Amino acid sequence: MSRIHVLTIAAALAAFTAPAHAGKTLDGIKSRGQLACGVSTGVIGFSAADSQGQWRGLDVDVCRAIAAAVLGDANKVRWVPLSSQQRFTALQSGEVDILSRNTTWSLTRDAALGLHFTAVTYYDGQGFLVSKKTRVTSAKQLKNAEICVQSGTTTEKNLSDYFRAQGIKVKPVVFDKFEASIKAFFSGRCQAYTTDASALAFIRAKEAPNPDDYVVLPEIISKEPLGPAVRRGDDEWFAIVKWTINALIEAEELGITQGKVDALKGSADPSVQRFLGVGEDLGKSLGLDREWAARAVKAVGNYGEIFNRNVGADSPLKLPRGLNAQWNKGGILYSLPLR
Amino acid sequence: MGASSRVAQALILAAVVGLFVLLAVTTAGHLEQRGIRSGFDFLLEPAGFTLGESVLPVDAADSTLLAFVAGLLNTLRAALPGAALALGIGILAGFGRLADNPLVRGLASAYVNAFRNIPLLLQLLAWYFILTDLLPAADAAMRLAPGVFLSKSGLSVPWWGETGFEIPEPGGFGIDGGARLTPEYLTMLIGLALYSAAYIAETLRAAVLALPPGQRLAALALGMTPRRAFIDVLLPQAWRAALPPVTSQLLNLFKNASLAVAIGYPDLVSVAGTSLNQTGRAIECLVIVIAVYLLLSLGAAAISHRLEQRNLKGRPA
Repeated sequence: MSRIHVLTIAAALAAFTAPAHAGKTLDGIKSRGQLACGVSTGVIGFSAADSQGQWRGLDVDVCRAIAAAVLGDANKVRWVPLSSQQRFTALQSGEVDILSRNTTWSLTRDAALGLHFTAVTYYDGQGFLVSKKTRVTSAKQLKNAEICVQSGTTTEKNLSDYFRAQGIKVKPVVFDKFEASIKAFFSGRCQAYTTDASALAFIRAKEAPNPDDYVVLPEIISKEPLGPAVRRGDDEWFAIVKWTINALIEAEELGITQGKVDALKGSADPSVQRFLGVGEDLGKSLGLDREWAARAVKAVGNYGEIFNRNVGADSPLKLPRGLNAQWNKGGILYSLPLR
Repeated sequence: MGASSRVAQALILAAVVGLFVLLAVTTAGHLEQRGIRSGFDFLLEPAGFTLGESVLPVDAADSTLLAFVAGLLNTLRAALPGAALALGIGILAGFGRLADNPLVRGLASAYVNAFRNIPLLLQLLAWYFILTDLLPAADAAMRLAPGVFLSKSGLSVPWWGETGFEIPEPGGFGIDGGARLTPEYLTMLIGLALYSAAYIAETLRAAVLALPPGQRLAALALGMTPRRAFIDVLLPQAWRAALPPVTSQLLNLFKNASLAVAIGYPDLVSVAGTSLNQTGRAIECLVIVIAVYLLLSLGAAAISHRLEQRNLKGRPA
């Protein structure tokens, strides 16, 4: 074997074993000591400030998990509330490191906005809320109805697509503020209100004068996979966000909960060992340390715990798991393998 | 104007234009660098959304450009009649504030103070929710006259529709057929007009009070009634002084119409907001809105300038 070959092999080995380069975004976060997380201006269950000014929600917990994984502290997050008009620009311009703001993953957004969606954190779909007085039981009966909508999402386009396909004409009444749109609906201005089904459940439960007077129609007219996005051009950061979310989902599948992280370090299950960094070091290839995933789960819990606390059974929204259950429990949530 | 000042002006203009071109080129470069698609090509693609009300019938399959035009027409549809109404109410309220009758004076003054001192956005929201709360539900519409209905869905009147001349009648979700003035449109009209009229009233009052008191006394000494003195002597002179600030109020009214989206009226800004979200072309959509408002305002300013020039000609030196 010539010397050149030996050198080549040595270099190749070094490339495999040296920690991956951390990437510009991660370097910036580390030197600032803070993760800049773009959230909504207030969507209960996903991202909203509570009465003490603490940000809470599923999207919020994703950012906290990432902060725990990369900075070792789930509280080192700067929350940047963004309107739906501002959100993409804020990410593109570098004002935030991650956009975790109930944003639908679609081709146009993924391909043309200079950003990458990382993983789906909530499978949603657009539905309708109507007053029982209208005696409407299906969206197909909404001919000539006026439908209140909040602007700034994919909602208006879905609405028009669905009714064009049905050959029915409806009139959208588009508001820029959530409060104005639901006030108009409950005052009787519109016969129906449309938005993502998760929000409809909340609106019916919390905003309706009398929830029993209103009903959510069975039709779900669109696919709304919601998930965080990062800026293009930093593959290392993209990988960290993608795999932290996968880790939260995998943790639920493996039965690793917030309370059991430390106790499970003695587990004999190789997958659990790998996850907690006891066995192989999965963090190294991401440019992180070996306990990154354990810290994320210890900070916010696994996906199931995050779901229940913010939007599920233990929250005011009481949304069923539905599509957001694990793949082996009737849902479509499927973590890529952490190995 | 001297030749040197013309040269200076031209240089300044060139510098400003150059700055904007530089800004545009740099921005476009940066967008491309970050892999963000930019350009105005999206205007020719199907909009994918419809407008709740529009004088121009637009469909989701029509181009985004057409949706913008429809949005602009909606803005004008609210702003132009709003301006006429504001002028009329403003002149009346202005007279009212100068009236001898204390009741009239008090009412006019209460109106002006209330409407000038509450932010327009709050006024619009208040009008809108009062209107939608008070009106009867769409399926229990009030019949004002044969074929004229008033409900939460708005004011329906006989008009030409898809099937020729239509007389509105109760249908599936309220009133079908004819033309409908929605609560959103009515709110814009009332809200814009009452807000701007309060300012116009103050401008007129100030202009009349600024006239030398001798004008009124001389007119009265000639045997004119106070009313004739006001209409034939004071008003024509005051109008000249009031014209520029009144025009600027009317321009403000037009710009204030951009608050429409708060109450669900599909104006230009609303269409731009929806397109922005559909296409992600934030800068492009905002540039269109800015350009349209700028062009229309400059146009209106030019007209008002010519009116002033004509007025000045008739004035003794």
